[in-house]
Amino acid sequence: MYRYDEFDHAFLAERVGQFRSQVARRLRGEIAEDEFKPLRLMNGLYLQLHAYMLRVAIPYGTLSSAQLRRLGEVARRYDRGYGHFTTRQNIQFNWIRLQDAPDIMAALAEVGMHGIQTSGNCIRNVTADQYAGVAADEIEDARIWCEIIRQWSTLHPEFSFLPRKFKIALTGAPADRAAVKVHDIGLAMRRAAGGAIGFEVIVGGGLGRTPMVGKTIRDFLPKEDLLSYLEAIMRVYNRYGRRDNLYKSRIKILVHEIGAEAFAAEVEAEWREIRDGALRLPRATIAAIAAHFAPPDYEPAGGDAAVLAADRLANADFDLWVRANVVAHRAPGHAIANVSLKKPGAIPGDASATQMEGIADLAERYSRGEIRVAHEQNLVLPHVRMRDLHALWRGLIALDLADANLNLVSDIIACPGLDYCSLANARSIPVAQRIARRFADLKQAHDIGELKLNISGCINACGHHHVGHIGLLGVDKNGEEFYQITLGGSGAEDAAIGAIVGPAVASEKVVDAIENIIGTYLAERRAGERFLDTYRRLGAKPFKERLYATH
Amino acid sequence: MVSAPNLKVATANRLGDGAVVYRDRTGSWSTRFADAVAVEEDLAAELLAAAGRDMDRAIVVGVALIEVARVDGRLQPASLRERIRAFGPSIALAMQPPGGEESR
Repeated sequence: MYRYDEFDHAFLAERVGQFRSQVARRLRGEIAEDEFKPLRLMNGLYLQLHAYMLRVAIPYGTLSSAQLRRLGEVARRYDRGYGHFTTRQNIQFNWIRLQDAPDIMAALAEVGMHGIQTSGNCIRNVTADQYAGVAADEIEDARIWCEIIRQWSTLHPEFSFLPRKFKIALTGAPADRAAVKVHDIGLAMRRAAGGAIGFEVIVGGGLGRTPMVGKTIRDFLPKEDLLSYLEAIMRVYNRYGRRDNLYKSRIKILVHEIGAEAFAAEVEAEWREIRDGALRLPRATIAAIAAHFAPPDYEPAGGDAAVLAADRLANADFDLWVRANVVAHRAPGHAIANVSLKKPGAIPGDASATQMEGIADLAERYSRGEIRVAHEQNLVLPHVRMRDLHALWRGLIALDLADANLNLVSDIIACPGLDYCSLANARSIPVAQRIARRFADLKQAHDIGELKLNISGCINACGHHHVGHIGLLGVDKNGEEFYQITLGGSGAEDAAIGAIVGPAVASEKVVDAIENIIGTYLAERRAGERFLDTYRRLGAKPFKERLYATH
Repeated sequence: MVSAPNLKVATANRLGDGAVVYRDRTGSWSTRFADAVAVEEDLAAELLAAAGRDMDRAIVVGVALIEVARVDGRLQPASLRERIRAFGPSIALAMQPPGGEESR
């Protein structure tokens, strides 16, 4: 893992001191809210429905056990005993007191954490494939490049007041687990014909009010040119991006309005001016960053696969969990274990302080002290020996975190919605809970197979509803909660924006509607087809006919 | 739900901890919606102005007037959003507050 150096720690300590002084002046009434608001937002402190909310950055979703333990301590001491992992691989605390915020920031700074770049019109915290560095299908570890981008973008003076917030995601594998095509910039590592490794550069994707799949503006960018090319993109956006209309200020609108080709031409022209300048990455710099992410010294396999097979044969529940939640690792004898934060009936993405501390303990025992956060609001233990999986699973059972439902219907992405968020129009969490309870039977959920169900409480789409195989968008109709249903979305390498299937349904009918849609899939699917495959083969018609015949 | 169309309540978040508060009849702020003073249209502007002065005094932030409705003879916020602000999230939390939290 990347560890902060003296400069990083000194900077954070300075920032904590500044914020402590700003909060004190605010509480004494020496600065007004209009003056204070941008200062607190620059540190990730929002004011939501019930209290202040602190969003803490987890760069590219990578956490040490010490950091996760500290997050648990913050939850216990300063919040109500839990935190909420978000679709941007961050964590939010919902019940923060302003007077405590400086102490919380100081506690986070001790473990190299903060809320910088989690708000405002800057380059936000960079997100990545949660399996970066360990995935069997990976070309190269995305975290190296995320860290390089993080260092370049943090407090970048030229890009601190962009037309709008700016999100970059990166995958190092052909399978896109980071939803790179629906980000302002998506970077996908590619291997050229000659074997060289570089990036496909995708620009202008995004969700929200105007969902768009990004356009590739460069098929292959050499690695050493990454920062100069990103800088060129940012300069073009900063120059031409609209500042007169909030709803048209994201880069996706600019790319759409002038066209991807014209946008690419602008970027290439700008890039020609700067590509051989200071931003060209020397090999030594890349190597120095890469050294932080060197693979651990994995022990030889030593019969791990046989031990795991025996454990699976001996326990059907464990076998089910392995099938659903364990993913192939690049090192022999090892596995990637996903920890579902989606117990049916629980709040998607929430973890209690006890759970956070318990996972930190398990990570130290079984995963080299490392944890990842997935944008699907689950956690990952990336370095588990196969022979340890059964003991890990037992440990997760003790924490009530052993649900075998990864990528299944109850693994629902949901934003905080109207229960917490001041922007929301409708609730997300109770709808997710009701759907997950309806499909709590794991046998049924496994029979349905992979199904991404995403819920947003407003058009800002923090719940990524546009890219759910089934998406739900909460809307307010004359004071009543209704939910618009979209089908066929995908945030993966086959990215697509879901299509609205028909009129929105009332809150009390949502669960039946989902069951109806899944019923159509089960009736129509061919062998081996996922929900998304059946939908793509048949289109919306059979789903729509059956859904609205009974509603 | 029976609306009480002309009744308004002043709400805000307390500056120090962000708690949802309501302006009561004494000019103080209470975390209990039941303590809120509800006024008719002719006094709404005055209530808002008085509440707003407490923003200048760094007591509260985000002062607003909200509509209230009468349900079973008792007033409550008219919108779902404001009912959630008044009475808390509609969902059970991962862990209940450690204690001492005032009832709303």
